[in-house]
Amino acid sequence: MHDAVDHELRRTPLYSEHVAAGAKLVAFAGWEMPIQYVGIRQEHLAVRSDVGVFDVSHMGQVVVSGPQALECLQHLVSGDVRRMPEGGAQYGLLCNERGGVLDDVFSYRLGERRFLLVTNSANHMRDLEWMRTHAREFDVEVSDHQSDFAMLAVQGPRARAVVQGLSDGLLPPRLHCMERSVAGVPLIVCGTGYTGEDGVELLCAPEQAPVLWSALLRAGAQPIGLGARDTLRLEACFHLYGNDLDEQHDPISAGLAWACAEETGFIGAQPISEVRASGPELKLVPFIIDGPGIARQGSVVVGGGVVTSGTFSPSLERGIGLAYIPADRAVPGNRLEIDVRGTIRTAVVEKKPLYRKDR
Amino acid sequence: MADPNYPDDLKYHAEHDWARIDGDEATLGITWYAQDTLGEVVFFTPPAVGATLTKDEAYTEVESVKAVSDVVAPLSGEVIEVNGSLGDNPQTINEDPYGEGWLVRIRISNPTEADALMDAAAYVATLP
Repeated sequence: MHDAVDHELRRTPLYSEHVAAGAKLVAFAGWEMPIQYVGIRQEHLAVRSDVGVFDVSHMGQVVVSGPQALECLQHLVSGDVRRMPEGGAQYGLLCNERGGVLDDVFSYRLGERRFLLVTNSANHMRDLEWMRTHAREFDVEVSDHQSDFAMLAVQGPRARAVVQGLSDGLLPPRLHCMERSVAGVPLIVCGTGYTGEDGVELLCAPEQAPVLWSALLRAGAQPIGLGARDTLRLEACFHLYGNDLDEQHDPISAGLAWACAEETGFIGAQPISEVRASGPELKLVPFIIDGPGIARQGSVVVGGGVVTSGTFSPSLERGIGLAYIPADRAVPGNRLEIDVRGTIRTAVVEKKPLYRKDR
Repeated sequence: MADPNYPDDLKYHAEHDWARIDGDEATLGITWYAQDTLGEVVFFTPPAVGATLTKDEAYTEVESVKAVSDVVAPLSGEVIEVNGSLGDNPQTINEDPYGEGWLVRIRISNPTEADALMDAAAYVATLP
């Protein structure tokens, strides 16, 4: 029974490398992924102080191309896509007509009329279906490229130096992308990440991924699992779809008003502009637990609200998290009481991000 | 955390706890498998000295980055000492689960309960 389930899990092109590196593998969104190698805390701190490499090949890729690619993407994602130059990158949301969030995606403008979107793996097929349905009124092609790319994230203060040393040319700045050859592997380099550190994400052909991975390890990058990816992103207050974002919450409540340009008329823009005008009833806020204990997803905030992400912060050595709470209480410095498995823990509402370099 | 290790001089409970029985007292902790599954322990709040443990029931929690887990009592008894050093250094539970990472010492209230515990070989046979 157990084996049957395991066999249905997809493996990235780096599966053998993970096993060789001593990874603990777990099921994640239909994929068998490394959750940790040597330990979450140690991996986390390696990314904060040095450089780590993550296999994120489970993430999905969609290409929107054609004469009306710009207009189509403008309709689909929340940001103002016109502000993204060729070789630019932009964070945005796919929303439904009610303004609920279907996914959060990074868009990369590969050409004037060609965009690459990186989706969350659990949402990929649904996103693809949604995008194809709503692209019908445009002269575009929406194509699935999930199987055409492996994706590695190299993150940390030394990430750029490590990748630069293997690259045939200068790397793109933050929020830009370009084609390069790294360790002899042709790929797309993106100045993006999910850790709050500087770094790049690399998209290459799956069969080339092991060569790239090995070269990065030899150059000093430490393999980092999804466990540390979660603690890193939460310290940086980056949202995780399915936890902090879903169809029941709009981007304004989620603190993503900056990623929404309602004047473009994207799907969901009207209800989102109404929430922006009236102010959301709930707001997603970061918090730090005062003392021991870790609030987890689903922990209830006394007096109203719920924790959507919670973990231990290796940098702060405290429980941290994100919670939707009534807007009038969503003020930095406010104290919250959170029911953690029957024990009431005190937490303090903080500003984003929870971890800063200069702390 | 090193390699799996299950000392022969301990008694084991199916919920991945061990007991080192010494006359009418016992030292309790969690097994190598338990700490490995849990990952790096970041919080341990010991029970109070004087607290009563009941075999097969949770008496405290260990919390790792990933998850929180109940610790189940392998034997009934009264807590006579807790490992106070774990408050500041809970990762000792990972580093030395059978030594410096012990959790509590108890005075055993029902010595015959030990008969139901497993030896190392029997416990290892239960592990996946």
